[in-house]
Amino acid sequence: MLETRKLTKQFGGLVAVKDVDFSLEHGKINAIIGPNGAGKSTFFNVVSGLYRPTSGQVIYKGKDISKLPANKVAELGIARTFQTTHLFEMATVFDNVVVGHRLRTQSNLLDSIFRTKRLKQEEEKCKEKALEVLKFVGLSKSVDRMVTNISQEEKKRVAFALALATDPEIVFLDEPTAGINPDETAELSQLMEKMAQQGITICLIEHKMQMIMKLAEKIMVLNYGEKIAEGTPDEINHNEEVIKAYLGGSASA
Amino acid sequence: MAAIFSKRNVVIGLIVLAALFPYVARNDYYLHVLTLAFIWMIAVYGLNLLAGFTGYLSLAHAGFFAIGAYALGLLTVKAEMGFWPAFLLAPVITTGIGFLVGIIALRTKEHFFAIYTLCVGYIIYLVIDKWEGLTGGVRGLIGIPAPADIGPISLSTPIAQYYFVLTILLLVILVIYRIIHSLTGKTFIAIRNSEDLALSLGISTIKNKLLSFVLSTFFAGVAGALYASFIRFIGPDIGNLNITFDLLVYMIVGGIGTLSGPIVGTLLIVWLSQNLQFLQDYRMLIFGPLLTLIVIFSPRGIVGFIAGWFTNWKLRRKVNINQAQEQAEEV
Amino acid sequence: MDVLFQQLFNGLTVGSVYSLVALGLTLVYGILHIPNFAHGALYMVGAYITYTMMTSLGLHYVFAIVVSIISVGLISVLMERIVFHPLRDSTPIQHKVAAIGVLLFLEALAHYIWGADYQQMVTPYGQVIEVFGLTLTMQRILIVVTAIVAMILLYLFLKKTYTGASIIAMAQNREGAHLMGINTNKVAMLTFFIAGVLAALGASLTSPINLVFPSMGHLVILKAFVIIIIGGMGSIPGAILGGYILGFSESIGATYISSDYSDIIAFVLLIIILTIKPQGIFAKGEA
Repeated sequence: MLETRKLTKQFGGLVAVKDVDFSLEHGKINAIIGPNGAGKSTFFNVVSGLYRPTSGQVIYKGKDISKLPANKVAELGIARTFQTTHLFEMATVFDNVVVGHRLRTQSNLLDSIFRTKRLKQEEEKCKEKALEVLKFVGLSKSVDRMVTNISQEEKKRVAFALALATDPEIVFLDEPTAGINPDETAELSQLMEKMAQQGITICLIEHKMQMIMKLAEKIMVLNYGEKIAEGTPDEINHNEEVIKAYLGGSASA
Repeated sequence: MAAIFSKRNVVIGLIVLAALFPYVARNDYYLHVLTLAFIWMIAVYGLNLLAGFTGYLSLAHAGFFAIGAYALGLLTVKAEMGFWPAFLLAPVITTGIGFLVGIIALRTKEHFFAIYTLCVGYIIYLVIDKWEGLTGGVRGLIGIPAPADIGPISLSTPIAQYYFVLTILLLVILVIYRIIHSLTGKTFIAIRNSEDLALSLGISTIKNKLLSFVLSTFFAGVAGALYASFIRFIGPDIGNLNITFDLLVYMIVGGIGTLSGPIVGTLLIVWLSQNLQFLQDYRMLIFGPLLTLIVIFSPRGIVGFIAGWFTNWKLRRKVNINQAQEQAEEV
Repeated sequence: MDVLFQQLFNGLTVGSVYSLVALGLTLVYGILHIPNFAHGALYMVGAYITYTMMTSLGLHYVFAIVVSIISVGLISVLMERIVFHPLRDSTPIQHKVAAIGVLLFLEALAHYIWGADYQQMVTPYGQVIEVFGLTLTMQRILIVVTAIVAMILLYLFLKKTYTGASIIAMAQNREGAHLMGINTNKVAMLTFFIAGVLAALGASLTSPINLVFPSMGHLVILKAFVIIIIGGMGSIPGAILGGYILGFSESIGATYISSDYSDIIAFVLLIIILTIKPQGIFAKGEA
């Protein structure tokens, strides 16, 4: 349902992503791996609309969305998280997440000033949504805690909750387990599987190979911006080019 | 004990205090100073909405304040319009110009935005100063009428003007309060926090930043129009960069991104200025370093400092209570 | 034709001063990503110190300038230590507000010490000479020559010395520079020192032509910002080129359009540029 066709992104003379054809497995966990600087994050940024591609297309449900701004892409049901969670540290977990459902509301400035019925209903809707997704990610007890006081792993969960609050069909996760210990990584993996079970398509960037091999059903390998392999974990494990790239390049796995 | 100082009671208390002030002070000079402070507060609220809640520091704020003031002055003096239509139209004109500036200015970010608006502010000042045919140039604009009577209510006495300005200030605070505590305000805060994250949550940052910018110029315009009708003489200096810096001091000292910061900061600095009369032109000898120190040691100003202290105190109390309970259980 | 050449020479003079001021601003921006709004105040203080050294201590103009540039350099370093160093991990708004606080303080201080009156600085180089049919004052020639010598010295320092190279390295990549064993604290202080020196030099050179007063730095700093946006924030050749471009446009604009609005040229230029290219002319890509 989401695929890229010859997707290319150039910065000045530097080609960060080159002619990448990729399609996501619906309702499954997909992964993109590759050495540092392989263009993984750029690929994410292009697909989610933060960058305009230099050439090529992003097709979602048969429509070319490569020229849409990021907020329109999100409206279509494509959510994402960032490597750094970008949360507002001086507010509560709940206050951070409640804005996640904003894109499904209509209230404008006048609604806010006159506190109309529509605003109250929609605020209620946002609150319910926030509590629902916080419960889903297992943070029901931490709703009122300040973000600055919670652990790195909990922050990642908040970021997941924010993405889920947008009612997505696809969620892109940019290194969801960076800076987190192995136990917590396993817990976050479970959470991702739980999301996939809900019918949400997941695509993540990861460095932790072991985890990916267990978790993902489809993997794409990028190197110097180009796709060098694609397939099941088993196929990737035995791919000569992948092995070469990892042994020759900066093996960060 | 704590119930007496609930938010609601404090707000009611402050409003009563402000309403009784003219009868307690019985001094036209203090009344004048406080009325003027209220007008500055309105402008600071505009600045705070944009800089404090949306994360964009505009240095053209005094320029829009001046546009509001000159719009009222020109409409009443030169176009001989009645006070009330002019008073309604002045913020609209300011907002219109703010919209045009905002569309372009908001294409830039962070430092570029500050420098861009700095230049816009300077251009507004220069145009007012040099376009003598329209604005009267350095000679300024005199004979601006005070607010016209509403039916039997006269607005020409200092006390009446005090209440008039106070009423508008309270309305402004109410509007800002509702914006901040609604989806609109949460959207602004999301943008301040991270534009990329806001975008990927489906928030149109372009539209919302423009909304915040336009609102901030609207409040600057309202404040400017009030200023013109209160002082009744305006010159190009009200658009000067120094006024923007004054507003900035009020906002930062009180607490950027806080709801009560503009009141606290403006009152404190105006009060200090009154008591440091001997400093007059040199008041920035104190306020300049104060600005820098606050930014370094308490980025959210006095209000942020107190709020942080209060939260800690509540937390500690909670912990103490818990400990006490545990001890009681052990016993 | 004579008028044109005369104006071109004026543009060269004004542009030299702009370049000196913009160079300091762009160096500081390159290293710390701080738009130093207080830079204009350093410029103003530089002019006052030179003026005071001449009038109160009877120092020769040249020695007065030497005292001034060293003092302002040190004030600039002090500012980095007291204000910007503690704020190195803060938000951009905090940097700007802190710098504005310093600006307001220095201006009020100048106002307090020297008063609000406009002061005239007398130069020993007031002679008028004729070159190729142009009437030039020695002072203007001094401005151009000194500025160019200062820029060449700066260039040699940055390119040929190890310390200079570390400034360039840090401007390109702060963390990388730190990893390479460059003392980033020292480099930051040095950069602020150079910026202060250049600002004081520019101000001391131009003061005999203009006047000395507390808010003399306002317009200059605004224009310096315009220049470094035109030239690319952090770019050294960009600052020099931008300075001269603005100097020439202003002097020609003043002659052929209106001297009333010559100060506005810079801002109109900036607004046009940022409208078309929101990240400045020489911005690199989106990343």
